[in-house]
Amino acid sequence: MSDKEPGPELELALLSGRLWGELAGEPGIAAAVEYDLKGGLVVASSAEGLVALEGLADGQRAVGVEAVAVGAGQLHDIEPKLAKGLAGGVLYPQDAQVMPTLAAAHVVRLARAAGASLRTGCAVTEVLRTGAGAVRGVRTSEGEIHAPAVVNAAGTWGGELAALAGTSLPVLPRRGFVLVTEPLPPRTVRHKVYAADYVADVASDSAALQTSPVVEGTAAGPVLIGASRERVGFDRSFSLPVARALAAGATRLFPFLEGVRAMRGYLGFRPYMPDHLPAIGPDARVPGLFHACGHEGAGIGLATGTGHLIAQVLTGKTSDPDLDLDLDLSPFRPDRFPEEGL
Amino acid sequence: MRSPLELVGARPGPAFTVTFDDREITVLPGQTIAAALWAAGITSWRTTRGSGEPRGVFCGIGVCFDCLVTVNGRANQRACLVWAEAGDVIRTQEGTGHRGHHG
Amino acid sequence: MAEGPHLAVVGAGPAGLAAALAAAARGVRVTLVDSAAEAGGQFYRQPAAALGARRPQALHHQWRTWERLRDGLTAHVARGRITHLSDHHVWFVEGQSDGFTVHALRGPEQEQSVAVRADAVLLATGGYEKVLPFPGWTLPGVVTAGGAQAMLKGGLVLPGRTAVVAGTGPLLMPVAVGLAAAGAGVAALVESAGARDFAGHARTLAAHPAKLAEGARYAAELARHRVRIKAHHTVVAAHGSNRVEAVTVAALDGDGRVWPGTERRIACDTLAVGHGMLPHTDLAEALGCRLDGPGVAVDDEQRTDVPGVWAAGETTGIGGAVLSLAEGRIAGLSIAARLNSRTPEAGSYEAAVKARTGLREFFAVLDTVYAPPAHWTEQVADDTVVCRCEEVPASAIREAAGELGAGDVRTVKLLTRAGMGWCQGRMCGPAVAGLAGCEFQPSRRPFARPVPLGVLAGTDFDRHHTDSTDSTDSTEEGSS
Repeated sequence: MSDKEPGPELELALLSGRLWGELAGEPGIAAAVEYDLKGGLVVASSAEGLVALEGLADGQRAVGVEAVAVGAGQLHDIEPKLAKGLAGGVLYPQDAQVMPTLAAAHVVRLARAAGASLRTGCAVTEVLRTGAGAVRGVRTSEGEIHAPAVVNAAGTWGGELAALAGTSLPVLPRRGFVLVTEPLPPRTVRHKVYAADYVADVASDSAALQTSPVVEGTAAGPVLIGASRERVGFDRSFSLPVARALAAGATRLFPFLEGVRAMRGYLGFRPYMPDHLPAIGPDARVPGLFHACGHEGAGIGLATGTGHLIAQVLTGKTSDPDLDLDLDLSPFRPDRFPEEGL
Repeated sequence: MRSPLELVGARPGPAFTVTFDDREITVLPGQTIAAALWAAGITSWRTTRGSGEPRGVFCGIGVCFDCLVTVNGRANQRACLVWAEAGDVIRTQEGTGHRGHHG
Repeated sequence: MAEGPHLAVVGAGPAGLAAALAAAARGVRVTLVDSAAEAGGQFYRQPAAALGARRPQALHHQWRTWERLRDGLTAHVARGRITHLSDHHVWFVEGQSDGFTVHALRGPEQEQSVAVRADAVLLATGGYEKVLPFPGWTLPGVVTAGGAQAMLKGGLVLPGRTAVVAGTGPLLMPVAVGLAAAGAGVAALVESAGARDFAGHARTLAAHPAKLAEGARYAAELARHRVRIKAHHTVVAAHGSNRVEAVTVAALDGDGRVWPGTERRIACDTLAVGHGMLPHTDLAEALGCRLDGPGVAVDDEQRTDVPGVWAAGETTGIGGAVLSLAEGRIAGLSIAARLNSRTPEAGSYEAAVKARTGLREFFAVLDTVYAPPAHWTEQVADDTVVCRCEEVPASAIREAAGELGAGDVRTVKLLTRAGMGWCQGRMCGPAVAGLAGCEFQPSRRPFARPVPLGVLAGTDFDRHHTDSTDSTDSTEEGSS
């Protein structure tokens, strides 16, 4: 939640964080998904940057986020290998980490145990609708599945699924690269550490390349280094200039990383929405169609809250969603975007 | 027993010494750390970071990274690629090899 | 302009050398970038000069070909037509609007990077050995067959006194012969292919008498060293505590399963094992080149589908040194013509094209014949480590593909960490795919080698070296 300004997304993050904590409390889950309530540490390199960061933290505190000011003199007590000469930072103890693939696999496992079925390698080719236009299921590469409700959780490809249902959702890919280092001893980098300008990059609308350093360790040993953002469609080619920018940012935060090797890099496409808010809830234009996508880079973190709210809507709280739900869904309305020019 | 050196009629330059875990071993010029250790009858010089199992050369051509070793305080050197030099201090590498530097 | 176009060749094995010589002889300036201290690649790996070997050919075949390549290289280097950068480990080839930059770490420390600008690139990065797991395969003293050979050719050392050579493929016989000639006892050569596997391919094989004669020579040498050949057998386990002390081998039945009751224990202190070869394709993939199966896809002129990038030798598919030489020569002639905006003269490399056709056919047959036992996964115990780097046991891979529902190698990797360690799955890729019941696909590795972040960041170590003409000639004729 440390990277979110006060508003609906931060509220969703608070709900999701609480639900991740509950899920991690189930027997065996925390270890299986590498859940780690490690805390986020945002650092500022200049006095002006620190003033802006503390202003953000004040607003976050007002809505229930824990944010602890860390003076320049204390930074190395909590994060020993940080660069010298930083102006200070803010520690967010509620920031947690999970391993996304393991988390997904174990959530799917729990869902199957509860009666859900999983079909992989099965592409949706059509959203089936009644004469009146309501959803009645999907046609897939493996046959039809009939259901009165379809949830679009297709991530970066959510716009394509919406189109199959005869409606529109402006989900666009925002490419990001991550560098992965050789394994290091546990807790070499203790928190998720990033520079204050990361918050501005996340909120930016620019299509051009932006990089701001994000550095975090993993349970297995390697350190992950992000984060870049650029809107270049689904271009999968590896960009050395981006990798260089990431390395430069990370070594400025943690100079010891200069001698540490990057073993690999990978890229992905965040599902980007024009106002940086996900689409969650029923689509008023197509009865029976629900959306749960467009979370940009925060999909794993916001997954628990999103799933919880969709479940609440589906289990009968649809008549007046704003009154009954744990969170007001109106900022996430899927049909909030103008149709033209998209 | 015939040796590889005899087979190719090798006339190496003067031998020198290095240490492996404080034990002195003799090395011929033109040998990698891995070759020098093999010649001294040593086949493992790393323990894995999970279960602490011994490892040494596997692929022999720099691809597998099983032969990682600490040479003159530098961890994660591939023994099959790095040339042995007189006076080298070679140590069995434990785990990530970083403990001594950053841990 | 006077100096002509510039080609960077990555890899100084048979393919890279043949291409470099052919291109240099036709006026192309060549920079040959290679990770070894001496040219030759894996096939013609040379002992370091300081070892003073007077008869290195005792460990080699086709020595006269090597002498031609070596002397040609020496002559071109002396005339300034080829620059040979040895001990340079290429980690990335960057495609740019006006050509390419080859980035290489200077060995052996690999902490400084140099950059070579070029109008065209030939990827001749060769291959590496595939090894499938079995209980005990992580014990010290278990090495790849090619690794035992490389250490012998390059360092003039043996891993122990008594070796078993096992697995499958045309590499096993020369490895066993080399170890025996150098003084190791070779207790057995265990090959999973049997005579019956060859029977259906008699015509193709008979069309290559030179290759058959080579095989017969190896067989005769093995007989002279009294090496037992156990065909249609496999190693089911290696035993020992801190190093291998024995292996268990067993016969295979007609379906490729271990034949119960045929297990025999053989004492040894070395097991040299291999199950074939895989192409190095990392640089090609990062450039965006299309792959064809496990190798880089090329056309008749050895061009990849990325303009300005050629590939030759085992990076395009496993086929041995003679095929690599033919492909390298074709690539070199094509590059020399294309960089001067010509098409290669018809007939200028007819012989090489003919050799290429025949040898590709021959190695396609070998690839079918020398297959690992069909049911090798049955011998992999749940606690057998499959990913050597991250110590991932077979049970974890089976669980990922079973209970956790992973349907492809990438998901198995993300769920288990198999393939996420130092070697980036080069050693365990085929094994993970086999155990998970998925199709093997080469994984994408943007960095062909681990790169210090300081080098990437351009801080401390990064000392850029560009070739002498970079600043003045960057507008000369581009690549084709």
